[in-house]
Amino acid sequence: MPEVKVRKTLVQVETILHEGGPAPEVPQKRAAAMAVIENPYAGGYVEDIQPFMKDLEPLGAEMAQMCIDALGGDASVIEGYGKGAIVGVNGEIEHGALWHVPGGYAMRDSIEKSMAIVPSTKKVGAAGTRLDVPVTHTNASYVRTHYDAVEVGVPDAPRPNELVLVLVMTTAGRIHARIGGLTKDQVKGEDGLR
Amino acid sequence: MKLRKIVTLVEETRTEMGREVSPPARRSLAAAVIANPFAGVWAEDLSELIETGEALGKLLGDEALAALGCAATDVEGYGKAALVGELGELEHAAALLHPKLGAPLRTVIGGGKALVPSSKAIGRAGEILDVPLGHKDAAYVRSHFDGMRLRISDAPRPGEIVVAVALQRTGRPLPRVGGLTHDEIEGADGLR
Repeated sequence: MPEVKVRKTLVQVETILHEGGPAPEVPQKRAAAMAVIENPYAGGYVEDIQPFMKDLEPLGAEMAQMCIDALGGDASVIEGYGKGAIVGVNGEIEHGALWHVPGGYAMRDSIEKSMAIVPSTKKVGAAGTRLDVPVTHTNASYVRTHYDAVEVGVPDAPRPNELVLVLVMTTAGRIHARIGGLTKDQVKGEDGLR
Repeated sequence: MKLRKIVTLVEETRTEMGREVSPPARRSLAAAVIANPFAGVWAEDLSELIETGEALGKLLGDEALAALGCAATDVEGYGKAALVGELGELEHAAALLHPKLGAPLRTVIGGGKALVPSSKAIGRAGEILDVPLGHKDAAYVRSHFDGMRLRISDAPRPGEIVVAVALQRTGRPLPRVGGLTHDEIEGADGLR
């Protein structure tokens, strides 16, 4: 099993007070944890890459905790999540897909109400590539106020043989959400959708 | 001060070129997105921005220190920068950064003899801002010449300014270009 070699981590937190409209009493917070790791499959086609998903589980748990800590340490305030990966240019998009399972379940294991699928995105790119990580409600994908996205990136990563792995958590919906639809108070919490 | 958002970054480098960085190199940044009260108009007197700079020295210093996650006395370096939206002028950045921001920032970290290295620019939303870093008590410490990059996709809007403060717990990940080191400083004149 390939070893997970972490070069660096970057945690980004946004505290959004308003966007030109009435400021809510509590600002929206959005945290992203990023880890830059070596891509064990860079440079050539490898058929069986699945074992690496298991190897990534401890890093996923560490990154989920980094997000929670950055938002104050209480997982019960988390309302939205998302995940993503940027694959250095000596890798392939499929290497980024390895993050779906360990990244998603790391967050769902640490957030009690998390029946919803974790939205995600990934791309191949050079160092400094930015990624717009989609965000939806943790317990019901159709909560319209929580459709959001957080832009992330690491200036010096991914190098060609690296992966940037990303987890995102938010404490609220968009700051001036007002386009109707399902709200968090109406969530049934049975199927992860509504 | 009309504050729209705060962004913090904290970076930890654990390895570089396969070599362990021990202790890991850590640096943090806190940035505020504020309305520019003088966007699109000439103002001779910039004292409103000077006062805002003083408030931001404390606010951003506190935020950056919390993100760095160490004792104030463990901070080894600092830096500051501002990015003015297209309806402002470079002098607005100067008003925020130079007259009053430094003193409250130094108070947050328990002092600092060296000049706070700085940078400023005018740019659009999503422009990259390079925030310089240098040793807080001796500007010539070569291992601590560093910088952090900030990009906020939605700021500064034309009538806004992004103001950033960066702190470093250590110097660069694996410094090896010689010069004055952290352990050799006299810390008397802010230079050596």
